[in-house]
Amino acid sequence: MAPVGTPYFFYTLAALALVSGVLVITRRNVVHSALALIVTLLSVAGLYLMLYAPFVAGVQIIVYAGGIMVLFLFVIMLVNIERSSKDRRPVGLGAAVALLALFVFAFTKGKTLFPDRMMSLPESSNTQQIATMLYGDAGQIGPYTFAFEIASLLLLVAILGAVIMTKKKI
Amino acid sequence: MVPVTTTHYLVVAAALFVLGVIGVLTRRNVVVILMSIELILNAVNLNLVAFSRMWGNLHGQVFSIFITVDAAAEAAAGLGILIAFFRNKETVNVDEIDLLKW
Repeated sequence: MAPVGTPYFFYTLAALALVSGVLVITRRNVVHSALALIVTLLSVAGLYLMLYAPFVAGVQIIVYAGGIMVLFLFVIMLVNIERSSKDRRPVGLGAAVALLALFVFAFTKGKTLFPDRMMSLPESSNTQQIATMLYGDAGQIGPYTFAFEIASLLLLVAILGAVIMTKKKI
Repeated sequence: MVPVTTTHYLVVAAALFVLGVIGVLTRRNVVVILMSIELILNAVNLNLVAFSRMWGNLHGQVFSIFITVDAAAEAAAGLGILIAFFRNKETVNVDEIDLLKW
C-alpha cells in the first residue's frame, strides 16, 4: 500500500509546525503562546503519523497536548494576574542569519548526508512491537523494560515533588 | 517534486530546536521559557522518530516515548517550582527572580 500525496502532507504539516513554533516564541500574550504550542504539538503528531509511528503520535496527543498543555494553561491562569507588558529583548539579526544558514546548508549539502534506504517493516502492528520492546516477550524482559520501570519511578518522584512544593504548609 | 527524505524531517526538527532555543534565551516570562523547552524536546523526538524510520527498527520510537515521559515529569516539577516561587514574590519575570544574586 503505497502512500499518496506525501510531499503535500509533509510540507503542510511542517509549515504549520514551524509557523506555530514562531508564534509560540513571539506572541505577547502567554495564552496565545500556549495555544500555538498546542497547534505545534498536533502538527508534530501528524508528522509522526507520516513516519509510520502511530503509537508515538497517540502518546504525543494524549500526554503532551492533552496533559502537559492543560497543566500549562492552569498555571498560566494562576500566575497571570497582571498583564505582562515589556516582555522581551530584541532577537536581532543573529537568529535570522542562523536559520538562513541552516536552510542553505540543508538544501545544498544536506540531501546527500543520510541515504534514504528504508528496510521493509514486518507486518505486526506498531503498538505490539513497541510493547514487546518495553515489556518483553515470551518470558524474557525486553531491551527497555528496566528503563520503563525507572521511568515510572521518575513519574512518582515528580508527582510527589509537585504536590509537596505547592503545599502551603508542609 | 523532490521525494520526502529523512533529511526533510531533520531540517524541520532542527528548525524547531532553534526556535525553542531562541524562546528560552529571549523571553522573560517563565512560563514561555518552559514552553520553549517543550518545543526543544519535541524537536528531539521528531529527530529520533525520523531516524527510527530510516533504520527500520523501533528503538528511536521507544526512546522518544521515554523522552515524552521525562518531559511530563519536568513540566510538572518546573511548574511546581514556579507556583511556589510565585507565592513569595508575585512575578513571572525571570529578570526579577534574583534572590541568589550577590
